[in-house]
Amino acid sequence: MSYSPKKRATKQILLGAAMLSSAALVLTGCSGAGGATGGGSSDEKVTLTLATVNNPQMKDMEELKKNFEDDHPNITVNFIQMEENDLRDAVTKDVATKGGQYDIVTVGSYEVPIWGQNDWLVDMTKLASDDEGYDVDDILPPVREMLTVDDSLYAVPFYGESSFLMYNKDIFAAAGITMPENPTWQQVGEYARQLKTDDVNGICLRGKPGWGELFAPLTTVVQTFGGNWFDEDWNATVDDAKFNEAVTFYTDLVKDAGEADPVSTGFTECLNLFTQGKTAMWYDATSAAGSVESPELSDVAGKVGYVHAPVVETKESGWLWSWNLAIPKTSKNQDAAWEFVSWATSKDYIDLVGNELGWSRVPPGSRTSTYEIPEYQEEAAAFAGITKDIMGSVNPKQPGVNPQPWVGIQYVTIPEFQDLGNSVSQDIADVFAGRDTVDNVLKKGQTLAEKAGEAQK
Amino acid sequence: MTATLAESATPESGTPDLAPKRSRNKQKLVLSTSQRKGLRLSRALLWPALIVSIAVTQVPFLVTIFYSFQKWNLLRPGQREFAWFDNYVTVFTGGEFLSSLLATVVITGTSVVLSVVFGLILAVLLDRKFVGQGLARTLLITPFLMMPAAAALIWKWSMLDANVGMVNWGLSLIGLDAVQWNTNFPALTVIMVLTWQYTPFMMLILLAGLQSQPGEVLEAASVDGAGPVRRFFTMTLPHLRQYIELATLLGGIMLLQVFDPIAIMTRGTGGTKTLSYLLYERAFVGLEIGEAAAYGVITVLLTIIVATVALRLLFKIFSNEGTRS
Repeated sequence: MSYSPKKRATKQILLGAAMLSSAALVLTGCSGAGGATGGGSSDEKVTLTLATVNNPQMKDMEELKKNFEDDHPNITVNFIQMEENDLRDAVTKDVATKGGQYDIVTVGSYEVPIWGQNDWLVDMTKLASDDEGYDVDDILPPVREMLTVDDSLYAVPFYGESSFLMYNKDIFAAAGITMPENPTWQQVGEYARQLKTDDVNGICLRGKPGWGELFAPLTTVVQTFGGNWFDEDWNATVDDAKFNEAVTFYTDLVKDAGEADPVSTGFTECLNLFTQGKTAMWYDATSAAGSVESPELSDVAGKVGYVHAPVVETKESGWLWSWNLAIPKTSKNQDAAWEFVSWATSKDYIDLVGNELGWSRVPPGSRTSTYEIPEYQEEAAAFAGITKDIMGSVNPKQPGVNPQPWVGIQYVTIPEFQDLGNSVSQDIADVFAGRDTVDNVLKKGQTLAEKAGEAQK
Repeated sequence: MTATLAESATPESGTPDLAPKRSRNKQKLVLSTSQRKGLRLSRALLWPALIVSIAVTQVPFLVTIFYSFQKWNLLRPGQREFAWFDNYVTVFTGGEFLSSLLATVVITGTSVVLSVVFGLILAVLLDRKFVGQGLARTLLITPFLMMPAAAALIWKWSMLDANVGMVNWGLSLIGLDAVQWNTNFPALTVIMVLTWQYTPFMMLILLAGLQSQPGEVLEAASVDGAGPVRRFFTMTLPHLRQYIELATLLGGIMLLQVFDPIAIMTRGTGGTKTLSYLLYERAFVGLEIGEAAAYGVITVLLTIIVATVALRLLFKIFSNEGTRS
């Protein structure tokens, strides 16, 4: 959701602002350089600026940064928290125009490879392997793979997620249906239609336009149906029969047994419906489980079952996403920045969160060792095991049936994808409303995808 | 006698500078050297301010024009190049510009008309003495004082939500089916929110107009036998005409840049992708700086055209003010 005051994005404002701010940044950058010369010496005071998304896990990090500052008396860390879209805008602009405003940035797994290739981020490969006790091999392998370009690691994960199917055990028991461990989409569709009543939806699936909203789950559905955005040679395959079949399945399922008003429904809206017991199933991020199992937030805590993402032609279909910490090359305090990054993504930090704030608040999906901590296993018994299983078994190099020329699951790691995904998802909103057909929408999408694919060849 | 009186009276009482101004056209103003020096100094003193204002207002626009000739995706720094009019070609052949222009006209036009109508009704209701008039007026103004993003969120969650929204609950009370507002009627939802927000603004302007209407004229009309309906349509409405024109103009200018309800509720689907939302998408989702700049330049040109027409209308309103009674 983006509701920042960007409404007057007309005419010169955009670039005027960009110019002014970059001019300002050059000035502050200069003064920063003066202050930080000889950054290696330990008694020099260093202030790090960290831009991050305002998720609960990040707020916990800010709460605990005092522990880091106590151990490193010469380093102060300033947090700038933003809503996801704002963060993306602000950090992209700063990094792309070499503004140098931030020493540490929170970057999604979609951006890391693109920015890494553009030489915008500090290569962390050596830093991480030389750092004793950091144990870089403990990072979940698929996540590490996503953040690596040509054997260089450009960011380290703060927390990660995959996707799975959550179902309300009470509703399933009342209907006498048993959910298999590895359901297929056909089964899920059947159950959803069977369980749909006037008060309860069969399933909740995101319908809100946006490449990160609708197309997070929908791309995984397309991939398990055997379709994809591009083939191995960057030829667009959006109007393929498999892509069509998947989108038709998804939109029909939502229309028949899904939530009312799909265009309004994203992650948050589904979370509300599911935790109020108003939907029997929900296919979404594994990180939702923390809220679903919290008795204060949820009416269905303790009554929810978790199974692998539904599949059709592939073995697994979960997505893979992580929020990562990276250091822009423009940072003047790269050594100090690594100190903080390695602290915040270490095993010790996870212990610290567990002991200080409670084990349910531990950032999940970044390290294998997290899932071996007895307290965490106990606290998150309902979903920790399956989350680890899924995150270890998804394959970001080839999530679909056919090989793909990029690494990543619910997105295509090219600059043009934000635009492409956004545009096609807006057209699919017309399908939900009955204003357009899947065939027509995908034909339009194919044209856009061809243009995007052309840029990669 | 009368003629000489009139002649001698004009320069003193009416417009004393009129005579020298007229003569300046015919003969050059003669200045002494010291006067000229003074003039040069005062001009020199103006230069810094002039330069700053040119820099602040014009340089960003020139830079935007420069960017609009560039092929530049923010995420592809290595492939930045001069592209002549490619971006403008994209704007006009991309297929989004005209539909977006249409969406802007439909949403702005409908919202303005509806809020003027509702504003007029509310203004007429408020234009009388009753207990709690001040309170009622304050409450009615509230929607206009709310931040647009907050208003959109209230409508999204409290009013139009498919499960817990008040509108669907109200419909269910009279036996109607729940409506999927954002999915099936995206343009209508945006228009509803905007109308709700801008009705108070229209109401305020029209209320000022109503209160400037002399009461004795209406009284005289009613003594002559005109009923309230007739009084309203033949006397009040013509009196309000210039206020309605002003309200429409200002409302139109403000609503042209609407962004928040679209970003929060419909995300540009189903004919709600207005020019400002389209521009946001090109710049922040597409990261196509050149294309966004080209859209910006075109939007500025359109705005200048619309504003020129609108301003002319506005001046006409004000110049006609004296002649109407």
